[in-house]
Amino acid sequence: MAEYLIKNGFVFDPVLGIKGDKADVAIKDGKIVETNALRAPEVIDAAGKTVMAGGVDIHAHVAGPKVNIGRNFRPEDKLFTYKPGRGIERMQGGFSVPTTIRTGYNYARMGYTTVMEAAMPPLYARHTHEEMRDTPILDQGAYPVFGNNWFVLEYLKNHEIENTAAYIAWLLRATKGYAVKVVNPGGTEAWGWGLNCENVHDPVPYFDITPAQIVKGLIEANEYLGLPHSMHVHANNLGNPGNYTTTLDTFKLSEGIKPNSKFGRDQVMHHTHVQFHSYGGENWGNMESKATEIMDYVNSHDNITIDIGQVTLDETTTMTADGPFEHHLTELNHLKWANSDVELETAAGVVPYVYSPGIKVCAIQWCIGLELGLLAKDPMRVFISTDHPNAGPFIRYPRVIKWLMSQEAREQQFNAFKHKDKVIEATNLAGIDRELDLYEVAQMTRAGPAKALGLAHMYGGLAPGMEADVAIYAFNPNAPYAPDDIETAFLNAEHLFKTGVQVIRDHEIASNGNKRTLWVNARVNENPQVMRDVKEKFLRYYTVTLNNYEVTGHHYLPNPYVIEVDATQ
Amino acid sequence: MTKTVTDVVCPFCGTLCDDLEVVVSDDGKKLFEVYNACAIGAEKFLHSQAADRLTRPRMRQDDGSWKEISYDEAIEYTARMLADAKKPLMYGWSSTNCEAQAVGSEIGEMVGAVMDNTATVCHGTSLIAVQDIGIPSCTLGEVKNRADRILFWGCNPAHAHPRHMSRYSIFPRGFFTGKGHTGRKMIVVDPRPTDTARIADVHLQIEQGRDYELLDAFRVAFKGEKLPDVVAGIPKEKIYEAADMLKSGRFAIIFFGMGVTQSLGKNHNIDAAIAVTRDLNEYTKAAIMPMRGHYNVTGSGQVWGWLFGFPYAVDLSRGFARYNPGETTSNDLLRRGEVDAVFVLGSDPGAHFPFSSVKEIYNLPSVAVEPHETPTTEVCKVHVPVAFVGVEVGGCAYRMDNVPIETRKVVEPPEGMLTDEEFLDRVLARVKEIKGV
Repeated sequence: MAEYLIKNGFVFDPVLGIKGDKADVAIKDGKIVETNALRAPEVIDAAGKTVMAGGVDIHAHVAGPKVNIGRNFRPEDKLFTYKPGRGIERMQGGFSVPTTIRTGYNYARMGYTTVMEAAMPPLYARHTHEEMRDTPILDQGAYPVFGNNWFVLEYLKNHEIENTAAYIAWLLRATKGYAVKVVNPGGTEAWGWGLNCENVHDPVPYFDITPAQIVKGLIEANEYLGLPHSMHVHANNLGNPGNYTTTLDTFKLSEGIKPNSKFGRDQVMHHTHVQFHSYGGENWGNMESKATEIMDYVNSHDNITIDIGQVTLDETTTMTADGPFEHHLTELNHLKWANSDVELETAAGVVPYVYSPGIKVCAIQWCIGLELGLLAKDPMRVFISTDHPNAGPFIRYPRVIKWLMSQEAREQQFNAFKHKDKVIEATNLAGIDRELDLYEVAQMTRAGPAKALGLAHMYGGLAPGMEADVAIYAFNPNAPYAPDDIETAFLNAEHLFKTGVQVIRDHEIASNGNKRTLWVNARVNENPQVMRDVKEKFLRYYTVTLNNYEVTGHHYLPNPYVIEVDATQ
Repeated sequence: MTKTVTDVVCPFCGTLCDDLEVVVSDDGKKLFEVYNACAIGAEKFLHSQAADRLTRPRMRQDDGSWKEISYDEAIEYTARMLADAKKPLMYGWSSTNCEAQAVGSEIGEMVGAVMDNTATVCHGTSLIAVQDIGIPSCTLGEVKNRADRILFWGCNPAHAHPRHMSRYSIFPRGFFTGKGHTGRKMIVVDPRPTDTARIADVHLQIEQGRDYELLDAFRVAFKGEKLPDVVAGIPKEKIYEAADMLKSGRFAIIFFGMGVTQSLGKNHNIDAAIAVTRDLNEYTKAAIMPMRGHYNVTGSGQVWGWLFGFPYAVDLSRGFARYNPGETTSNDLLRRGEVDAVFVLGSDPGAHFPFSSVKEIYNLPSVAVEPHETPTTEVCKVHVPVAFVGVEVGGCAYRMDNVPIETRKVVEPPEGMLTDEEFLDRVLARVKEIKGV
């Protein structure tokens, strides 16, 4: 493989602790190496430019059944957004739910090289893998959802951690999944009857278990297995005024549990898109920010990580396994609603949404996301996301970075709000003058999420031995710049290397890369009870047979990367 | 000696049963018996063993006779035809696997084709309605385990999806439906006294073409508002009764077919049917599902969804994807004479399109990739027989509820036969050569 030497860039790397100093980065055989290990490298002149590891997205809805519902039922999302194919680039369309081809290219253009699909319904695992296969360049993995799964509900009702763990290991293997995802625990099962679980103690109909038992049990099972990532939760009561108490109640379920993982993470709970979970007030009229209360908790508990779920003030397509929430949303905005309940496992809903700067609530949501980022004491535990496409499309990450890095940019946005004064009153953002620096941005978009995923040995840094995922942005942090220069630069990487292959050269896509699909193979002791339960459920309640359930075959994972976990004891 | 292959997936209809058992010879070359399948499904497997089956491509001669050609010649003809055409139509894609669909899409992108599937004469109207109003739906297992109100509208599963009622909708005992069919109420809306209607608790024998009115009447009845004495030929008392039956259930599901998608009103009927389902969710839990026909028409809509963003009628001829049903749909293109070559795979437009469209196919350079001899192969210039997907080669297929299932290879294809995907791979390679990319 080709050798590259990226010379004289301003390097920001939390792994090596380089904070914008001039340094050289050497690439050989797909890995970062010491500069003296190169023989005849191609030299990339990065003088006056910013160099970082490839970005890592811990939470985005980019592949799978509900994403495709979003694509197929929103032809309007393609209007004015299509780009013809050219050279090796295939045609690309869509804004909030782009085609898989555009998803790969657009992440690459932003300097991202690893993207995790945040919710995979197990029964639809093949679909998710087919879409990831057709997403060029990126390394990807997908999180199967567990929080409303009948096996899990039945085992955890009696706190059977070992059985839950054995089932998790089996399902990760069957679906080629990466981590344990929980969405509206219990509430989505209740949605099977048109109901919901509104707080952590609201019992699940029939199953006689509470969301709190589900979350705590899954954390314990996750640590029993020692998986690379922690339990990854979207708590109950998303998107409702006054829901921050439910969020704090959910956080507290992690108290006293220590990580048991050889993969270097420190958290036992990752709570996603916390912006949607940080609302005070009783109704939409007096809804207010509770980001301070939320961040006080996060900052003082180091076994939790979060991503912010920043609202980007765009027209977008919301999609989540939180079925009851999407029904609630369509009642609110009266736009089209798709729903898909999945037998024994989960559900999903999809509704378009317009986050308008003219609407007070949307502006408050915008403030809350940025407050979470700016109140973070440890940027290694608070990550940038838009819960793509729920709070906004991922292509806005550079804009989010701009807002976090520039008070001037935030003021510009405040001045564009119709209800500026009311928004300032309901939030804390106007009183925050912190501006993140590029090192903190690298922590929030690279090293932090990589560590939380248990992939710090591969991604998120530029230390020798790590994957050669390197982004070079035409941005000189030491020269004067306007806020918009940040967005422009981060939207349009000048060069990008993915596992040592140059996929962007002079801002143009130069290769479709060497995409890999990550999954976790956890080995546990033989568990006859769980295997008997699996057989019985497939025989009696599933509509596919057990033998037709597991995802196997080259056409689903042409280039797998398996992470082995030994949980046999 | 023989061996039995279990958990076989049936590549016939959108029900995509996956519990078939097939008896094959020890060497895997002969297929003898099929268990658990319906009559149509069994026939599909057995037909692969026909002694008179075509195993090599053939080309129509000037005198109307066929001449056997090699796969290489067929690939050359197909690649040339597609590469030379300004706006070829690549139609079908419903009876093949998703891998072939993906390769075909890449060819379509490269030659600037219009990609269309059988939804264009089937559930395309449903797809349009979903773009208007969305669709609250579920997997078939949700129906099995929860549903106690089943409504079939304009469809006849007893004949078109023969195992649907026994596997999913009426008879099975699920988790919350331990009484099986005795715990379920079944309503059928159909102008015909079908075999499905015969076993229903309520049969609303609607006047033909009055679906929209009756659907609207349901919405009125849910709200307890006044109805005229008769709507769509149904007395109002029966409408109130059926509406109450739906509302009083714990989980209601509406299945609908071509009786309502392709009759007067078309996509507007489906708009109304989905609105009925939305309304029902105010009172109880409700879902709605199209009864998709071909076993993988759903999959082609999914593949194009993630590659292009549209489920059918995708026009790639300008270098980017456009979607405008009525303009970019197969029959409209053919009848206006807007395409200059036709490629058909995994469907039989010769049997199902209007005569004017079929005549146009006959007049154009055309290729049919198809294991059987069909009315389509009769009007095409080149016929390329291929292995049966789901019998002689595996691959992914999507059930009517969008659940992807990997079909199985149970028997070897006749020696030297290509699969859809292999044929398309070679066409793609040749197109690339011709285009110099």
